[in-house]
Amino acid sequence: MAEYDCKDLAAFKGVWVFCEQRDGKLMPTDFELVSEARKLADEIGCEVWGLLLGDKVEALAKELGGYGADQVLVCESPLLKDYRTETYAKVICDMVKEYKPEVFLIGASNIGRDLAPRLAARLHTGLTADCTHLDIDVNKYVEFLRESSTIDVDSQQFDYDNRDLKMTRPAFGGHLMATIICPRFRPQMSTVRPGVMKKAEFDKAKAEAVKVVKPAFELSESDCETEIVEIKKAAKKLVDLIGANVVVSVGRGISKDTEKGIELAQQLADALGGGVVGASRAVTDEGWIGADHQVGQTGKTVHPKIYVALGISGAIQHLAGMQDSECIIAVNKNESAPIFQAADYGIVGDLYKVVPDLIKQIEAVKA
Amino acid sequence: MKAIVCVKQVPDTSGKVAVKPDGTLDRASMATITNPDDLNAVEAALQLKDETGCEVVVITMGPAPAEGMLRELLARGCDRAVLVSGREFGGSDTYATSQILAAAVKKVGFGEGDVVFCGRQAIDGDTAQVGPQIAEKLGLPQITYAAEIKKEGESLTVKRMLEDGYMTLKVKTPCLITCIKELNEPRYMNVAGVLECYSKPMDVYDYETLKDDPLIETDTIGLQGSPTNIFKSFTPPQKGAGTMLQGSEKEAAAELAGILAAKHII
Repeated sequence: MAEYDCKDLAAFKGVWVFCEQRDGKLMPTDFELVSEARKLADEIGCEVWGLLLGDKVEALAKELGGYGADQVLVCESPLLKDYRTETYAKVICDMVKEYKPEVFLIGASNIGRDLAPRLAARLHTGLTADCTHLDIDVNKYVEFLRESSTIDVDSQQFDYDNRDLKMTRPAFGGHLMATIICPRFRPQMSTVRPGVMKKAEFDKAKAEAVKVVKPAFELSESDCETEIVEIKKAAKKLVDLIGANVVVSVGRGISKDTEKGIELAQQLADALGGGVVGASRAVTDEGWIGADHQVGQTGKTVHPKIYVALGISGAIQHLAGMQDSECIIAVNKNESAPIFQAADYGIVGDLYKVVPDLIKQIEAVKA
Repeated sequence: MKAIVCVKQVPDTSGKVAVKPDGTLDRASMATITNPDDLNAVEAALQLKDETGCEVVVITMGPAPAEGMLRELLARGCDRAVLVSGREFGGSDTYATSQILAAAVKKVGFGEGDVVFCGRQAIDGDTAQVGPQIAEKLGLPQITYAAEIKKEGESLTVKRMLEDGYMTLKVKTPCLITCIKELNEPRYMNVAGVLECYSKPMDVYDYETLKDDPLIETDTIGLQGSPTNIFKSFTPPQKGAGTMLQGSEKEAAAELAGILAAKHII
C-alpha cells in the first residue's frame, strides 16, 4: 500500500460517496449524495467516485453513474453482504488509504452514523455529522450565507482561495447554524441527512459510461467480530414523510388530547389532497406517535408542497427539517411562536377549533 | 466484571435557550441535565449489575460542576465515578473527546466480560459520534442503536435498530454498546442511594493523569487540536412574517381556504 499521511493535504483528490445498499438495493440517499458530490467536484474540477460494498452488487454501479459518479469502486464478498461495522470499516479504510479522496460523504442513516465515526477515528481526521449544506467554492458559500443567514456578508472579509469543505449543520440542539471545516487533515468527512440534498436528473448516457473498478482487498472470517443472528424488516409500514406532498405535523400543542390532535392532523392532510402526519421532537420523545414521524434535525427533512404545523413552536431544530416546504401554514395559540416567522400563512388560535373549521372550508372550496 | 458508562451533562435544550450576543450558546444561564440517552446507558449497566453483580463505573468529561450529576448517578446505583476534567480538554470536538474518554476508560481498566455503555447521542450536538470513536480508539467491537441486550456467557446478543427494521447481532465482550430510549426505562434514585452517594468513590482525572497514555495525541485535543473547527456560526434569517389571518377561528379558516384555492395550492 502507498504511503499514507492524513496531513499531506495535496495528496488527496476527488469526492467520494459511500453508497449504502440494503438487501442488494441502493438507498435513495445514495443518489442525493452522488448528485451533491457531482456539484462539489465540479466546483474544484475533480472526479466523483462511488464506493459500493456488498455481495454481487456490481450491477448497481450504473445507476450511480446516472446521477453523476465518474467511477464506482465495487468491493464484493459474501462477508460484505450485510453491513457490519468491522468488515465495512476495514475495507473502506483500506480503500481510502490507497486512493486518498479529498472529500468523503456518507448518508446519515443509522448505518452511516455507525460507520462514519469509526472510519474518521481510524483515519485520524475530522467528521461533521448530519450536514444540511455543503460548499467548497467560497463565492458559492458567500451566496449561501447571504440567503440563509443574518450575517452582513458584504462587511466581512473572505479568503476566496480557501478550498476547505464548508460543512453547515444546525448546532446546539438546533438553535444556531454552524459551518464546520476540517483544515488540517484529509479526507474531509461529512454525514448528510437523507432528503436534504436534491437528486439530479438521471442521465442514461452517463449511467452507461460509468467506470466500474473492482479493486483487490483483503478480508477474512478472522476480521469479523460480530455475528449476524437475524435481520428483520419492520412489519408495520413506516410513514413516508420524505416522499409526501402534504405533511401535517403536530407539536406540544396537542398535549390536551393527543389522540384527537393526531386524528385531526390526518383528517386535514386528507382534506389537503392526501398526506401524512409528522411530529415535532417533543411529540415523538413523549411517545405520542412513533419516532418515524419526526420532522427536524434529528428526524426527517421534508419539502412537501404543503406543510402544516399544528401547535409547534418552531425551534431551529424543527425548522431545519421543513423550512424548504413550498407552502407553510402554522396554527398556534401563542402569537409570538417562532413558527410564524417561517410560515407563509399563520392562524393564531386553538388548533382543536381551527382545524375542524379549516377542513370544512377546504372541502367547501374544493366542492 | 465491570460495566463502564460514559455520560455527558448537557444544557436542557428542550427548555428555554439562551443565546449570547456573539451568537454562541449561553450555557451558564441554562439548566443542565444528564443527557437523556445516557440515562438509558446507565440503566443498561445497572441491569447488568442486577443480573451479575458486576461493578458499575460512570465516567464523564466536563467542568467541575458535573460532579453533581455523577453523585446523582451514584445515588441511582452506580458504584464509583470518574470526572475527567481539565482546561486542556475544553473545546474538544468528537474526535478529541473520544480519545480523552478512551484513555479514561483504559485507566479504569477493562477486560473479558466487561461492557462499555454510551448513549446514542447527546442532545446538544446530536452527532452520535463519540461512542463509535471511543470503541475505535480502544479497539473494541461496537453495536449502536441498541434496543435490547441479552447476556449469554461472555457474549451479548443485541437488537440494533435500523430505520426499516432491526438487526440482531452477537458480539463477544469486551465491547461497546450505544443505547437508545427504547432499550429500557431508567430507574430513579431511592433514599438509600441518596444517603450512600457521597460515600462512594469519585476520582478526578486531569490532563496530568491521562497525558502519558498513547491514546492522547497532544496535537488533537482541546479547542486548538480538534480536527474540526467552527468556521462560522449564524442564525438563519427570519423568512419575513407571512400573512397572519385575522378574525375568529372560523373566519381565519375560511380566508385561508380561499387563498389556498385562489393560488391553486389545493
